[in-house]
Amino acid sequence: MSHSAENKLHVPDAMFRPGDKPDFSHLDVGTAGAVKRPAVDTNPAEMRDLAYSLIRVMDDNGEAKGEWRPKIDADELRKGLRIMLLTRKYDERMFRMQRQAKMSFYLKCTGEEAVAVAATMALDDKDMLFPTYRQQGAFLTRGADLFSEMMCQVMNNELDPMQGKQLPIKYSSAEKGFFSISGPLTTHYPQAVGWAMASAYKGEDHIALAWTGDGSTAEGDFHYALQFAATYRAPCILNIVNNQWAISSPQTIAGGENTTFAARGIGYGLPALRVDGNDFLAVYAATQWAAERARAGLGATVIELYTYRVEGHSTSDDPTGYRPKDEPLHWPLGDPIERLKDHLISIGEWTQEQHEELATELETYVTECWRKVDAMGNINDPEMAHTHTAALFEQVYKEMPPHLRKQRQMLGV
Amino acid sequence: MAKMNMIQALNSAHDNLLAKDPSVIIYGEDVGYFGGVFRVTHGLQEKYGKQRVFDAPISEGGIVSTAIGMGVNGLRPVVEIQFADYIYPAYDQIVSELAKLRYRSNGMFTAPVTIRSPCGGGIRGGQTHSQSPEACFTHVPGLKVVMPSNPYDAKGLLVASIECDDPVIFLEPKRLYNGPFDGNPHQSAVSWGTHPKGEVPEDYYSLELGKAEVIRAGADVTIVTYGTMVHVVEAAVKKAGIDAEIIDIRTLVPLDIDTIAASVNKTGRCVVVNEATRTGSFAAEIMSQVQEECFWRLEAPIQRVSGWDTPYPHAMEWDYFPGQDRILEAINKTLDVK
Repeated sequence: MSHSAENKLHVPDAMFRPGDKPDFSHLDVGTAGAVKRPAVDTNPAEMRDLAYSLIRVMDDNGEAKGEWRPKIDADELRKGLRIMLLTRKYDERMFRMQRQAKMSFYLKCTGEEAVAVAATMALDDKDMLFPTYRQQGAFLTRGADLFSEMMCQVMNNELDPMQGKQLPIKYSSAEKGFFSISGPLTTHYPQAVGWAMASAYKGEDHIALAWTGDGSTAEGDFHYALQFAATYRAPCILNIVNNQWAISSPQTIAGGENTTFAARGIGYGLPALRVDGNDFLAVYAATQWAAERARAGLGATVIELYTYRVEGHSTSDDPTGYRPKDEPLHWPLGDPIERLKDHLISIGEWTQEQHEELATELETYVTECWRKVDAMGNINDPEMAHTHTAALFEQVYKEMPPHLRKQRQMLGV
Repeated sequence: MAKMNMIQALNSAHDNLLAKDPSVIIYGEDVGYFGGVFRVTHGLQEKYGKQRVFDAPISEGGIVSTAIGMGVNGLRPVVEIQFADYIYPAYDQIVSELAKLRYRSNGMFTAPVTIRSPCGGGIRGGQTHSQSPEACFTHVPGLKVVMPSNPYDAKGLLVASIECDDPVIFLEPKRLYNGPFDGNPHQSAVSWGTHPKGEVPEDYYSLELGKAEVIRAGADVTIVTYGTMVHVVEAAVKKAGIDAEIIDIRTLVPLDIDTIAASVNKTGRCVVVNEATRTGSFAAEIMSQVQEECFWRLEAPIQRVSGWDTPYPHAMEWDYFPGQDRILEAINKTLDVK
């Protein structure tokens, strides 16, 4: 093989690797308030530019600008701030506990709280969420009980609603419209479209919202979802959380240097928005726009939420092995919690003192929950491994078939 | 009672359930306007409308995955994969998602999806239109796997599958769509109209999943089989005048091992016949369970007749296909052990 032929194979790389000095000054993040907001019934062909720009509402001083500024009252904003902060406190506590070998696995969403919380708040309670493992904020927004539904699940203890059948952080709640989290990536994406198709078939107004990552847009399921959503005009919102990293592979490996992820919707004739994912108001406004469109029978919207994964992929990952240690500090779109706090302060609805009080209150609450959970034991305790043995053969089928009854007897339970 | 072939019987099952339950919805490639390439859904879109019976993009993964979402949202989707050979793009959705959803959510989310697909050989279909992939699904906890051998069972079992709250892989031996088949490639299809199982009620009925049927009583050897091979076995036994008991298992998962074991304990001999690739086929599972249940009553090693461990060929189809001669050879081998 000649040298020149070898050079034709282009393998994209990250912007920065360990040892490099991170500098994001070349990124064009646009200006808050600059992007137009079309009417929801606009033909997707007339708004293709929205797939390449970046919808931002809050400027660097926390002031809300432009046509995308949503109508949302201060109480709602304080609620959003509270849930984002609770999510972060929870993540920090669980991460530490995993490091103390109290459970097998955990995964944080630091820096991405707004893509879950703001999107969920912009929907109705009967709309169905199809999350990935990084939308714990959505579950909290839907009113999940931090102790019984989340910590006990993570610990697989006797109160675990999944009865030890699932990895930690793979929550489910039919009651709260939070779909069971899978392992293979993006499999839930076309399932959300099917859920939305059923909603349309039944003549209901409920819509489905799914999140997936930038890396997993490369999966076939991503394309099945867009194909079926476009064909049948399914009332759903298909979010792509572009947090720049798929474990150690940069978003360029999923094709991100050629075009935007939002632009993938254009080929299917779907409206596609690219949104500042660290801007609570922008995420809320874009979701509300897409939801209104879906409820009006106009079908699906693709939304790229441009954000940054501040922490490692999971507790099994060391990000300093593949990116500069200080890269997160240079991310130009800031921290979603700090930005919403600044906005609330700028409109006179919050103070720094209140914020600190809230942080202390939530920290105390998470610690109290943790103490209760910790007293119930952990997966390393020999007896805890058998807590749910009786449930091992249940819920494989609606009714236990003879071969499973026989196997249960063989195990002696 | 009406005379029906298997295609008409399956059509009738769909018709009954579309009429009975508004949550039943049917889609797949070409199943809508045209009524399916094998015409199983013929006339149903016209009768029930495009909302309930419709065409899908050529995307097996998309068909199954959206059906899961529909099932979660209260529908009973019945989807057709045009040929079982093309089910693999949907395999991850079937295995990782559909089969395990109930378990992983501890019963909070379920998807009562029926996946229908024509399978099997004997139709000059070559390697991509003749496969028998049932073992891929019998190995997956959470799925039920059904394969009928005649129009009466096909209708009753399909009705039960659609009404089942668990996901079902419903495999249709396409060699039997138009009539029984004795394994002789030179004989044209015999009409189901002359067969007792071709008499099919037009009204609703269902057959329980997980029940095998003893289709011929006998004393000397038990032959366990399903799908197309039921008829090839029957013809072989009849031709050789062997006093064999023949069991059509009909449902692979859950397997009615009790019926099989009772028969083998009586005859002391067992031959398992299927058309799938030999190694790791469902025949191996049946043999294993018979050995566990009947070892002390067996008078000869259990034999199996299957397809060879090669891809399904085109020109050499009848060398690959387990015909009457191979079945008789296996039966005689087990009978020869005194």
